[in-house]
This record gives sequence, C-alpha cells and structure tokens, in this order.
Amino acid sequence: MPRLSAWFVRSALIHLTLGFTFGGLMLWNKGLPLHPALWRLLPAHIEFLLVGWTVQLALGVAFWILPRFYSSRGNTKPAWLAFFLINGGVWLAGMGAALGAPAPVILLGRVLEAGAALAFAIHAWPRVKPLSPEVKP
Amino acid sequence: MPIVTRTFVKTALVYFVVALLTGMLVAARPVLELPPLVIGLTPVYFHLFMVGWVTQLIIGIAYWMFPKYRRDMPRGYDSLAWTTYALLNLGLLLRLVAEPAQTVSPAPSWGWLLALSALLQWLGGLAFVANTWPRVKER
Repeated sequence: MPRLSAWFVRSALIHLTLGFTFGGLMLWNKGLPLHPALWRLLPAHIEFLLVGWTVQLALGVAFWILPRFYSSRGNTKPAWLAFFLINGGVWLAGMGAALGAPAPVILLGRVLEAGAALAFAIHAWPRVKPLSPEVKP
Repeated sequence: MPIVTRTFVKTALVYFVVALLTGMLVAARPVLELPPLVIGLTPVYFHLFMVGWVTQLIIGIAYWMFPKYRRDMPRGYDSLAWTTYALLNLGLLLRLVAEPAQTVSPAPSWGWLLALSALLQWLGGLAFVANTWPRVKER
C-alpha cells in the first residue's frame, strides 16, 4: 500500500473510532440519559462517519488500486492536497457544528471538503483508463 | 474469498435489502397511515444502511484485501474479526427492536437495551480498528 493510501486509511480508521464513539454516546444517552449536551455531537457523528470514514477510505483505496502509468501513479500532489483538505474540512465542519462555531467556520469546512473532491478528481481522472493500450480495428 | 469475508458480505447484502424496505416503510407511513411505531424506524433505517450495509461490506472486503499482517496470520486475529461481527450485528439488531419500541412506549427496559446496543456496536467498531490498524502498511 503506498504511503498516501496508508495515511488516508489510518485517518479513516481514526474517524471511524471517533464517529462510533460519538454515536455510541448519543445512543446510550437516548436510552439512559447522561447529559442533554451530548445531542450536540450529532453533526460531528455524521460528518466523521460519512466523510471522515467512508469517503476517506474510498479515496485511500482508489489511490492504491486505480490503474497506474507503468509504475507511476502520475501527479500525486493533488492527491496529497486532497488528504489535508478533507481532514481539515471534516474537523471544521463536524466539530465546528458540534461546538457551536459560527456559520463561516462550517462553511469553510465544507469549502475545504469540496476542494478535496476537486483535487482528488484532478489526480484520479487520467488514471481511469484501460489497463492495456486499445487495439484499433 | 475467506469465510469471514463471505459472512460479512452476505450479511451486508441482507441489511441492504432490509434497510431499503425499512426506508420504503418510513416513506409509506403518511400515505398509508401506518402506526406511530414506524416513526421510530427513521434512525434505524439510516443505521441499517450505514452500519449494516456500507460499513459491514467495507469490513468484509478490507479483511480480505488489505496487506497481510504476518505470514502465519495473514489476516490478523480471526477471533477479533468474528468478535467484530458478533458485536456489530447483535448491537444493530438490539437497536432495530429497542429504538422504535422506546418511541411508542418509553420504558426503562427499552432504555437499557438501547444503552447495551450502543456499547456493543462501539466495541465492535474498536475490535475492527484493532485488527485492521496493524495491516495498514506502507510498501
């Protein structure tokens, strides 16, 4: 597994752990109330599991297994950029909403997430290709 | 495909169908005037989909395809993988019963079952992470 994929997957596993912890606390609180403030974790629970876990894992695995150019994965800078943008975005949008941060903070988080999507698409686009050269009839 | 993966993927497929049927039921409630119990199925629907289908499918495939842990234990601890399976599914099934039940008739017993469901699913997640983390290796 290339270094960037390992980073994506490790970060995804961390977000899975945190997202499950937030969800577990809220579900426990629904059954046996602990503190009403725990409901504020809902946006972080959703953001961490949908984007931080599922999407980030998909990006890491895609970077690993998409077709290569001989042994090269092409221009990897946008993919690295996507890694930093998605993690910054998830924390700003998820924890920002959970901690009651002002709306521009959550907006900035979503901008970073959208930037991550664009950066990863720029990296991955040329790698979506046939495995061998096409033979013209 | 190892038996752990086959079990996870087939269970995930069952949840996929059940989740979408549950979603259909939730959408049908105002149209067909279904009982209030169905309102309590909304969070269950999301979690049947995201935990039962998406996450469980990922877990099954990751167990199969991720880099080997060790030559003699290529996929890590099988006991931990089975523990993950048992905890996640038992927790999710408890939620499927207890959450709608608590919505229509709040009772301490449903509350305890929900708390137990939370604990089981959380431990299932931790078991998966513990077994997978050492297999995420750079090469």
